[in-house]
Amino acid sequence: MKRRIRLQVIINWLAPFFGFLLVILIFSFMPEVQDRFLRVANFKSVATQSVIVALGALGMTLIIISGGIDLSAASNIALSSVITAYGINVGLPPLLAIFLGIGTGGLVGLTNGVLITSLRLVPFIITLGMLGIARGVAKWIAGNQKIDAPLSWVNELMAKSPHPSWLLLAPGVWLMILLALLMALVLRYTVFGRYIFAIGSNEAAARLCGVRTKRTKNFVYMISGLFCGLGGVMEFSRLTVGDPTVAVGLELDIIAAVVIGGGSLNGGEGSVLGSMIGVFIMAFLRNGCTMMGWPNYIQEIIIGVIIIVAVALDQIRHRRSA
Amino acid sequence: MSLTRPSPFVLEMNHISKRFGATRALEDVSFTLRRGEVHALLGENGAGKSTLVKILSGAIKPDQGQIVLNQLPYAPSGPLEGRNKGISMIYQELNLAPHLTVEENIMLGKEVRVRGFIKRKEMQKRVKEAMDFLHHPEISLKIPVKYLSVGARQIVEICRAILDEAKILIMDEPTSSLSQEDTERLFQIINKLKAEGVSIIYISHFLEEVKAVADCFTVLRDGRNVGSGKMEGVSLEEMIQMMVGQKIKDLFTRSEHARGEVLLSLNMLRGKNMEEKVSFKLHRSEILGLAGLIGAGRTEVLRAIFGLELIAEGSLQVIKKTVSKGKPWERIRQGLGLLSEDRQTESLALSQSIADNLTLSHFEPYSTLGFLRVKKRRETVRDWMGKLKIKSFGPEQCVASLSGGNQQKVALARLLHQEADILLLDEPTRGIDVMSKSQIYEWMVELASRGKGLVFVSSYFPELLGVCDSIAVFYRSKLVCLRRSIEWDAESLMKASTTGKV
Repeated sequence: MKRRIRLQVIINWLAPFFGFLLVILIFSFMPEVQDRFLRVANFKSVATQSVIVALGALGMTLIIISGGIDLSAASNIALSSVITAYGINVGLPPLLAIFLGIGTGGLVGLTNGVLITSLRLVPFIITLGMLGIARGVAKWIAGNQKIDAPLSWVNELMAKSPHPSWLLLAPGVWLMILLALLMALVLRYTVFGRYIFAIGSNEAAARLCGVRTKRTKNFVYMISGLFCGLGGVMEFSRLTVGDPTVAVGLELDIIAAVVIGGGSLNGGEGSVLGSMIGVFIMAFLRNGCTMMGWPNYIQEIIIGVIIIVAVALDQIRHRRSA
Repeated sequence: MSLTRPSPFVLEMNHISKRFGATRALEDVSFTLRRGEVHALLGENGAGKSTLVKILSGAIKPDQGQIVLNQLPYAPSGPLEGRNKGISMIYQELNLAPHLTVEENIMLGKEVRVRGFIKRKEMQKRVKEAMDFLHHPEISLKIPVKYLSVGARQIVEICRAILDEAKILIMDEPTSSLSQEDTERLFQIINKLKAEGVSIIYISHFLEEVKAVADCFTVLRDGRNVGSGKMEGVSLEEMIQMMVGQKIKDLFTRSEHARGEVLLSLNMLRGKNMEEKVSFKLHRSEILGLAGLIGAGRTEVLRAIFGLELIAEGSLQVIKKTVSKGKPWERIRQGLGLLSEDRQTESLALSQSIADNLTLSHFEPYSTLGFLRVKKRRETVRDWMGKLKIKSFGPEQCVASLSGGNQQKVALARLLHQEADILLLDEPTRGIDVMSKSQIYEWMVELASRGKGLVFVSSYFPELLGVCDSIAVFYRSKLVCLRRSIEWDAESLMKASTTGKV
C-alpha cells in the first residue's frame, strides 16, 4: 500500500517533465525545423521570452496553492511597466523607477488580498474587477498612449545577448532562475510555505489550528503582486516603452502554466518547478509553431487542448486515489 | 488569599443552559469529570450532547452556568483558547488538511521554527515519539493524509492532541466509521492515555462499546442530565431506559388499515453506496418505518431505490416489475417519490418559488408546446397550499423565506402533486415545529388509507411507534429486524439500534 502511494507521488511529480520532453521531442523530429529548433541560440531566445510569464507564474503558484486565483496579474504587469517608464521619463534614477514599478505591483496585489480577506468575496470576482481597474489606471497615467523613456541600463535586463558576455543569458533570465529557486525554498522549508498549503488544502482546519489565515493570504497576494511588478519592469525593459496595452490576456497563460505544472484550482497542490515547466512547455510550443510557420490561431488551439488534457489527467488521478 | 477546597474533579460544568431560538438545547446541566477517567456521554439525537461539548471546547458560549477547569474558572473565547488550555476535540469530520503529510498536519500551527524556517528533524522526532507512544509506528509520517484510511486519520488527530498536551479529549462518535480492528486499537490507545492522566469524554451510541471502554457515564435527555454514575453497577437496559424515558405521548393518529399487495420489493439489494444487502417488502396502505442511528445506512437504501445510486447487486421490484437500472426520472414515472433528508440542498430549490418547487417533478399539465401555463399552475398550487395548510403570501413566494415546517410541506406537496404511489420519506419531520409535524403525520396516515405505500426513515422512536404499521431497524448498514409496530417499544428499538441485537 505504501509503495503504491509512493509511486503515485513520484508519478505526480514527474508528469510535467514528461510533458516538457514530449514537446521538445515533437519539434526535434520535424524535419523542417529540427536544426533551427535545437540550437542554443533558440533556447536562449525562448528563455528570454519566458521571463515575464515565469515571474507572473511564480506569484500565481503561491496564490493557486492557497486556493485563490488572480485574474488581474496581466493588468498589474502593464500598470507596473507604465509606472517604471514614467519614472525614468521624469528623470528619476533608474533604480528608483524600478522600485516604484515593483512597489506598484505589490500595492495592487496587497489591495487584492485585503479586499478578498475583508470583504470575503470570491477571489475570482475581486481580481476580475482589479483586472479592469489596474488596466484603466495604466491607460490613464500613460495618457492613453505609450510612454517613451530614454534608454538606460534597465533595457539591458532583457537583452538576448547580455553585455558582459560571460553571463551567457540575459540578466532577467538569471533573476527569474534565482527567484524561482527562492520561492521553491520558501514553499518547502518555511512555516509560511506550509501555511499556504494548509490554507489551500483545508482552510477551516488551518484556522482551527491557529494559523493566521487572513494575514497569510494578504501576504501571498502582495508577494504575487511584487512578482507582477517585476514582470512589468521586464516588460518595459523589453519594449523600451511603457505600453498600457501590453500583456492583454497574459493572465491566462500564467494560470495555464501553473495548472499544467500540477497546480490545482481547488488549492493545496502545486509547485514552483511544475509551474516553470508549464511556462516552458507553452513557450517552446509557441516557438516551435512559429518556426513551422503555423498561424497564431494554431498555437492557441493547441495550448487550449493541452490545458484541458492536463487538467483532465489531473482529475482522473485524483478520482482514482480518492 | 483564600484556600479553595481541593476538588477531585479536573472539570466541573455547573448549571449550564443554552437556547437556540425557541429550542432549549441544554437546561441546567451539570457535569463532572475526574482525572484519567473515561466518561461516556449518552443520549438520543437532540438530547444536547453536541451542544455540551461544543460549549466545553469553546465553539459556543453558554447562556448560563460556569465551568471550572483544574480548579480555575474557564470561559474560552473560541476553540483555539480551548485547545491551548488542554481541551482537544476530535470530530467526525476530521480537521485535517488532506494534501499535507501526517507530520505537517500534526504540527500545524505549532511548528518548531527558527526565523521562519522549519526545523524538520526536531519536529519529526517529536511526532515520531508520539506515534510510538500510540503504538502506531507503521503510519508513515511523510504520506499526505488523503491517502490514509479513516482509522489512521483518527490516529493522526489523536496524535495532534497528544502533542498539544491535551488533558481532556472529547471524542464524538469515534467508532462509527471504524472497522472492528481499528476500534480495538482505538481502545488500546484510550487506555494508554488514561494511564497518562488524560481524561476522555466519549460520545457514542454503540452502548456495548461504551460499556467496555468507559469508567462512568452521564445520560442527557431533552437537554437535561437525567442520570450519571459508574459503569460498573449499571446494565445496558438501565442506560437505555434513562436515554429513552417514558415519553410516548398520544399525539399521533394511528389508524389500522389492512395492507394490500406488494408495491416495492427489495431482494438482497445493494447499491454502490451501500455496504450490506437489504431485503424487505412494502405493501399498499402500509407505513414502514426505518429506524436506526444516524449513519446506520437508511438514507443510502432510499437513494439506491430511487435511482440516485447505481445498483451493484440484487434486484428491485416496483409493483411486480423488476427494475434494476433506473434514473430518478424513471422512478418518478414508475410512481415513486423521494423526500430527501437534506431539505435545504437536495429537496428544495430555495431561491425558487413555491409554485416552481411544487410542480418541479410533474410539469406536463402546465406545458403547452413547451410554454408554461402560469395561471393554471398558480391555481393548482394554491389548491395544494390550502390542502396542506402552507402559510405564505402566495404561490410565487420564494421558498427560502418560509419556515422549516412550511418548506417541508412544500416538498411533501411536490410528492403528492406528482401522484406518487410509493413515498420514500427521509426524516420528514426533522427540525420543524410541532404543528407542522402533526399535520405531516395526518397526511401520512391519510395517504396510507388511500392505498399508498410509505417508507418513513426517522431517528425519533416515538414518532415511528406512533405512526408506522411496521418498523425495520438498521444497524451498521444491516437490516436487523422487521416487525409490526405493536411488537416494538422504545426500549427494544433503542437496543436494536445501538447493539444490533433484539
